[in-house]
Amino acid sequence: MSDVLVEVKNLKKYFGGKKSLFNRHPDTVKAVDNVSFEIYKGETLGIVGESGCGKSTTGKMIMNLLEPTEGSVVFQGKDLTELTGQKGRAARQKFQMIFQDPYASLNPRMTVRQLLTEPFKIHGIEKKNERAKVNKLLELVGLNAYHADRYPHEFSGGQRQRIVIARALALNPDLIVADEPVSALDVSIQSQILNLMKKLQRELGLTYLFIAHDLSVVEHISDRVGVMYLGNMVELTDKKSLYREPLHPYTQALLSAVPVADPTVKKQRVILKGDLPSPSDPPTGCVFHTRCPFAMTQCKQNKPVLQDIRGDQHFVACHLYNGSAESEAKLKKQIL
Amino acid sequence: MTTIQENKVAATQPASPWREFWKKFKRQKLAFASAIFIVLLFIVALIGPWIAPFDYTKADYSQILQGPNDKHWLGTDAFGRDILSRILVGTRTTLLVGLSAVLAGAIIGTILGLLSGYYGKWIDSLIMRFCDVLLAFPGILLAIGIIAILGPGMINVVVAVGIFTIPMFARIVRSNTLVYKNSLYVEATRSLGAANLYIIFRHILPASFSSIIVYFTMRLGTAILTAASLSFLGLGAQPPSPEWGAMLSAGRDYLTTAPYITYFPGLAIMLTVLAFNLLGDGLRDALDPKVKD
Repeated sequence: MSDVLVEVKNLKKYFGGKKSLFNRHPDTVKAVDNVSFEIYKGETLGIVGESGCGKSTTGKMIMNLLEPTEGSVVFQGKDLTELTGQKGRAARQKFQMIFQDPYASLNPRMTVRQLLTEPFKIHGIEKKNERAKVNKLLELVGLNAYHADRYPHEFSGGQRQRIVIARALALNPDLIVADEPVSALDVSIQSQILNLMKKLQRELGLTYLFIAHDLSVVEHISDRVGVMYLGNMVELTDKKSLYREPLHPYTQALLSAVPVADPTVKKQRVILKGDLPSPSDPPTGCVFHTRCPFAMTQCKQNKPVLQDIRGDQHFVACHLYNGSAESEAKLKKQIL
Repeated sequence: MTTIQENKVAATQPASPWREFWKKFKRQKLAFASAIFIVLLFIVALIGPWIAPFDYTKADYSQILQGPNDKHWLGTDAFGRDILSRILVGTRTTLLVGLSAVLAGAIIGTILGLLSGYYGKWIDSLIMRFCDVLLAFPGILLAIGIIAILGPGMINVVVAVGIFTIPMFARIVRSNTLVYKNSLYVEATRSLGAANLYIIFRHILPASFSSIIVYFTMRLGTAILTAASLSFLGLGAQPPSPEWGAMLSAGRDYLTTAPYITYFPGLAIMLTVLAFNLLGDGLRDALDPKVKD
């Protein structure tokens, strides 16, 4: 799992901010602010974070659905953000996306067959064997050939999500960006879809970028997990070390909020104070310092860099681990 | 892993949108009757000259200004021409003018609306300001203005009515486009790598079809009425053409002595316009997904 499939470098997306006749001081919303990470071939990279932290925006920028303000998405040695028009479309064949709401992401006027052959039509792939291809896709996602001539409204949410997945698989993609693919589904169906995704990954060698806000879902499916807060990636590591030993105070707070299905277990919860700051006016220095229980003076001034602090691929962006006297003292207190 | 079976779908006939529409439409009695009336109108338009009992141009001075009788069912006009025959023959002109005007306006308006809504920015501003200008005039006044420039005649009536139909369609289609271009399935299609034109014509336009069809039908009524009005004013069909508006105009002088000259063409216009409007209403209800059975 060492081959890098996609490299995301210094990705930024700022919304608004254009001066106009009526608005001379518009607010720039920094939806994604300098995010870098790598996606390895065959892995599932989970991205978690609360609403508005920029995780979907990151996914859409990777899919070229949004144009990044700055930064690059490198795939097979090419920067995708530079490819436009026909080339961009061709490059996008290898990236597919699954959306959150399976009720809205299928055109209600098209039959399943039309929906599944649409990817071929768009990319000008020849028509022969279309029937067989559709049947194979349906089979792959656990549906039957006789479903092909039905309309989306005749299916349940889980089935529709299966159709969405089948559509994403039609062009044999390398990367599938799954933007909260199960959060609109019932819990019982969630696990079916997650297991289907895992099965497909095994069989087809897919790579997933799995965006979610549900920590237990991410734990179930991911190999590595990135935590985002207010447009920044604050921690990125493999699943085990993140769930066992979260380093960033925000991750610690998030994990402590996950309910445990055992009423006798007393958990020590880290309660965050205050509200999420506005992304149009993010705090100076570390974006988390306004709510961080361990905030130090330098957190207000310097923005911490996401770095591998111990050399074990556990990346964290926090001043607590920079080795200064103040942070050592704070860390000790935290452990006590 | 749960054992819930979510893969079983009751083995019923797939309910196509068309089947669904037909089911709902049949229930609208008035609209259904209007549809039948309109189909009859089109048949008359096709075969009118052959089923007319008399030659619609032939004057018979021994029979002038006759009331309805067993020979001339709807009476005769000041030249002794059979009114029923003239109405039957005139159906073709009336429908042809209405249809071609609305069709031209609808096609141009739809394309403008799609461009305006999808691309936004200056294209949108330009097209919408153009529509605002057209909409600022009352329809008939605009049509008279256009005829004043182009000169009277049936073709010019078609052009005039077509032009003042454009902004209506442009606006309706634009508002639909704005809704659908931000829908998730359009974004999903874009994520598959679809080009803008593909999205516009394969996803947004079909989604707007139901409003276009409804408005098209309603607009036909208005177009027929406007064309008749223009003919009545002497700007459209010229005598001896049996256009309904022109017949009204010709009968105007005998309104007190022989009112049936104007009654029957007027009635024909009224029924036709009413039928198109009722059909439009019915289509709207039948095509509206919110109206469930």
